[in-house]
Amino acid sequence: MNPTIVRALLYGGFVVLALVAPMIASDFLTQLAFLWVMIVFALTWDILGGQMGYNSFGNIVFFGVGMYACAVIQRDAGLSYYPGLFVGMGVGAALAVAVAALLGSGILGLRGHYFAIGTLGLGIAAGELAGAWSYIGAGSGMVPPLYPGRVGGRETFFYYLCFAVAVAAFPVLRWLYAGRFGLAINAIRDDEDKAEAMGIATTRYKTAAWCISAFFLGLIGAAVGNLIGFIDPRDVAFAGPTFGVWMVLMAILGGKGTLWGPVIGAVIFHVTQELFWTYLLGWQRVALGFLIVLIVVFFPLGIFGWARERWPERFGHRVEEPPAPPQAETGK
Amino acid sequence: MDSIQLLFDAPVLSVQLLIDGLLIGAIFALAAYGMALVWGVMNLINIAQGEFVMLGGYTAFFLYSAGVHPLFGIPLAALLLFFFGWALYKTVVFRVVDKDLFISILATFGLSILLQQLANQLFEADVRTAESGLSSWFLFDGLVTVSQIKLVAFGAALVVGATLMLYLKRSRMGQAIRATAQNARAARIMGIDTDRVYAATFGLNAAICGAAGALVAMTWIVHPYLGLPYTVRAFMIVIVAGLGNVAAVLVAGLGLGVAENYAGFILGAEYQAAFVFGLLVVILVWRRFWLGRQRRYLR
Repeated sequence: MNPTIVRALLYGGFVVLALVAPMIASDFLTQLAFLWVMIVFALTWDILGGQMGYNSFGNIVFFGVGMYACAVIQRDAGLSYYPGLFVGMGVGAALAVAVAALLGSGILGLRGHYFAIGTLGLGIAAGELAGAWSYIGAGSGMVPPLYPGRVGGRETFFYYLCFAVAVAAFPVLRWLYAGRFGLAINAIRDDEDKAEAMGIATTRYKTAAWCISAFFLGLIGAAVGNLIGFIDPRDVAFAGPTFGVWMVLMAILGGKGTLWGPVIGAVIFHVTQELFWTYLLGWQRVALGFLIVLIVVFFPLGIFGWARERWPERFGHRVEEPPAPPQAETGK
Repeated sequence: MDSIQLLFDAPVLSVQLLIDGLLIGAIFALAAYGMALVWGVMNLINIAQGEFVMLGGYTAFFLYSAGVHPLFGIPLAALLLFFFGWALYKTVVFRVVDKDLFISILATFGLSILLQQLANQLFEADVRTAESGLSSWFLFDGLVTVSQIKLVAFGAALVVGATLMLYLKRSRMGQAIRATAQNARAARIMGIDTDRVYAATFGLNAAICGAAGALVAMTWIVHPYLGLPYTVRAFMIVIVAGLGNVAAVLVAGLGLGVAENYAGFILGAEYQAAFVFGLLVVILVWRRFWLGRQRRYLR
């Protein structure tokens, strides 16, 4: 069969399955909504971590900024529910992009492990600030307005909202990676000095990449704040040790630097995580720490990275004679 | 900004802040020294550094509960943590030591979460402390309090640091560690078992942190989530002081202690943690702009 048709059928089937999922598995709606959230997490982390080689622990900042901005708009703007929510999402995303652009010039000049640890500090500092700032509720957090529809309608509505964000993010990233932008950020990953010498405006590309990731994280953050119904500064909005690490882990598990890798990684991770939650009550965080060490130490290539190493020709890498090692994705 | 005004009106408050800052700074310097050691020798940034401090604190606390005086708890915590660090190297860390830095950061971050959550499950989330039974001195008509235990902790931190320096300088293993730091490959050719050196280095680092943790348990409090701020402080001190400069590590540690105390006083205690993590970002960005003027960047 024609590969384009196969792909179209695959995508179509996927979307249809996702659309009817709320009717089939209505008991797990919140978990299913979080599946889309996780996919957005992994995809947006991979823009920097996988494609550009900048391993960030601080992307959670944008998530939290979006969440808080939306909640503040819903609280103070005096709009009714749906306009308030959508304006809030827009403001949240815009503010997250602004924060990314503002921080970008300073933070993105750091390289390698300095960037990783600097962003780790950034994420926790944001959480601590939010936890001390009384305008946004300080340590006791914020509560978004109640959903006006019928009981149980809230989960369905936010399921579709999270689904919409994820479904919008995927083709946008696919399109970006296919063009000049993708080439530029891959060049930055492979050798930033050379990329700069070749005339790529590296700072501009790096900031742009961070802004794109911030945009989707701001959107999903605004939705998640309303889905959960309670915004805690350290455990929900700027949850570095949970969401912040999970995004890294999901992208690595699936294979960073690929388009489908983060999606697959997010699905596998989310299911595993939910099982932990159900069967290891109280010990789930311990198990998660164990899982992180296990994945990072024994499976750093990820599923797609491993498959690419195994069957390089399927991924469009020509194997030359004598067999050269396939183009390894080195995350410097 | 009432609190700034207060500082000018009553300069004696500054004395209190300075003394407290200097005394706590020595403990920060100790953890930072361990991090610099591991970073310099093994080329690995250990995010689980603060968790070693936390475990050292719990060791001291449990020994204290069993009736051991906290001061004897310091060497015991160091010894126990040495074996813990050694075991951790032999099971996990040796697998990531020659991988790229991000993998080792993520792996030790995983270890840090694992240890923190284990401590939370096993020791419970309560705040603990090991009472030393020492009293305090009151200076300036009781406006300035100097608790003797903090002074003892300061002295003990200096002693531990000095012992370690002497060990690295004089002992056979210390020389092997320094040789490996200079050039691991050459050291291997010269017949040094670098794997053993790495294990010893990681163990030593854990032991230093264990001693620091025992001091923390004596002077302040221990709880399962105390680790990450110590890791971040250690990292900050190392990037300001550089690897392998002990005097600079001590000075930076003391400076950080004082800065943190002042920030806690001026901004209010609820912003103190935000200050520590924010300062990390500020220092990194400042270092980068400073280097960027010479077309260089942090390596």
